[in-house]
Amino acid sequence: MEYKDYYKILGVSRDATQDEIKRAYRKLARKYHPDVSKEPDAEARFKEINEANEVLKDPEKRAAYDQLGANWKAGQEFHPPPGGEGFYRQEFHFDPEEAAQFSDFFSSIFGGGFAGAAGAERGGRSRSYSMRGRDQTAKLLVSIEDAYHGATRTLHLDVPELDDHGHVVNKRRTLKVRIPKGVTQGQQIRLAGQGAPGIGGGPAGDLYLEVDFQPHPIYRAEGKDIYAALPITPWEAALGASISVPTLGGPVKMKIPPGSQSGRKLRLKGRGLPGKPAGDEYVVLEIVVPPADTEEKKSLWKALAEKMPFNPRAKMGV
Amino acid sequence: MTKAIDILSGVLLDETTHVGVEELRTLCNIPEEVLAEMVAEGLLQPLGTQREEWSFSGPQIHRARIASRLLRDLELNMAGAALACDLLDEIRELRRRVASLEHQLGLRR
Repeated sequence: MEYKDYYKILGVSRDATQDEIKRAYRKLARKYHPDVSKEPDAEARFKEINEANEVLKDPEKRAAYDQLGANWKAGQEFHPPPGGEGFYRQEFHFDPEEAAQFSDFFSSIFGGGFAGAAGAERGGRSRSYSMRGRDQTAKLLVSIEDAYHGATRTLHLDVPELDDHGHVVNKRRTLKVRIPKGVTQGQQIRLAGQGAPGIGGGPAGDLYLEVDFQPHPIYRAEGKDIYAALPITPWEAALGASISVPTLGGPVKMKIPPGSQSGRKLRLKGRGLPGKPAGDEYVVLEIVVPPADTEEKKSLWKALAEKMPFNPRAKMGV
Repeated sequence: MTKAIDILSGVLLDETTHVGVEELRTLCNIPEEVLAEMVAEGLLQPLGTQREEWSFSGPQIHRARIASRLLRDLELNMAGAALACDLLDEIRELRRRVASLEHQLGLRR
């Protein structure tokens, strides 16, 4: 297992005061709290910060950690001194829910006994307890098409579990999950009992999947409404037209009113994501000018300019 | 040989999903008094006037879970947790608007 430099994790020196440790922890906890932070590794960092704080905030645990010496480097291969795990043979107290997710390095120093049935035998305590497993949250990448039609998705999750000796081990779990029709960005799906396993016979926690839409080349979702930019020709915009428009349910015909400009927004009622009520699709017109890349095309544009003088900058006084 | 995997169907926490006090309390792992404080602070807005009638929608469940984690992990008081939840909502809305505007300007496809 790897040595963890708790001082480095909190960004404090080895002779930091308890107040300095508290301040550093508070600042980092706010920065990396998974509900607040946008950092991609926020959850892992937050766990690490909590583990470091759990040890350094308590003078007894800090002293036990300091006894390992100052020559260790973060990430260095670490072998606990003889005497096995929890080699200090001293009873340390932890919030079992917090401690259940600390690292193997942590339990090698302070004992794995804090977590689960094995703990009942440590320190002469006969009290056994059971604890519900932690809830877990994972992102569920979903295409807009899957949100429209509904789908099933196979997920692979690394779930920290405790082995028989109270060591934290990551187990890979494969889940097949139904994505209900009409899910929207940021919504959560709760899978009861699919979170981290319970301890000492306690029930498992829940798994919360947070829907995250993949970028789409045509559509963009806002709640249940769908937006699509629709390229049209200058003559379709000027004269009006009936054209085919892509929607999630398949192409539909839509009338472009004469005299339309770029940016005009047209609504296709009920063509967004399904629900009660269903969302709408908003088509945003985008006039695309054909290139004047031949002599003939150039002369056509010139003829248009001569026969239909038009100053789009008239309002600007130029 | 691969083991067949059952397809799991979860509960979508949308506006049509509702839970009562006891279930929300369990989902957030908080005592009933803390839940009542969240309502008193305006952090949660249940349907129903009496505590036994309270009903919380899916988005309220999401908010209550965030608030309970902030209370526990950052040792905030209830007013601080309510303020953080409001600001998080506002940040989410602003990010959505930035993405929408960037899309309109052709900066993001």
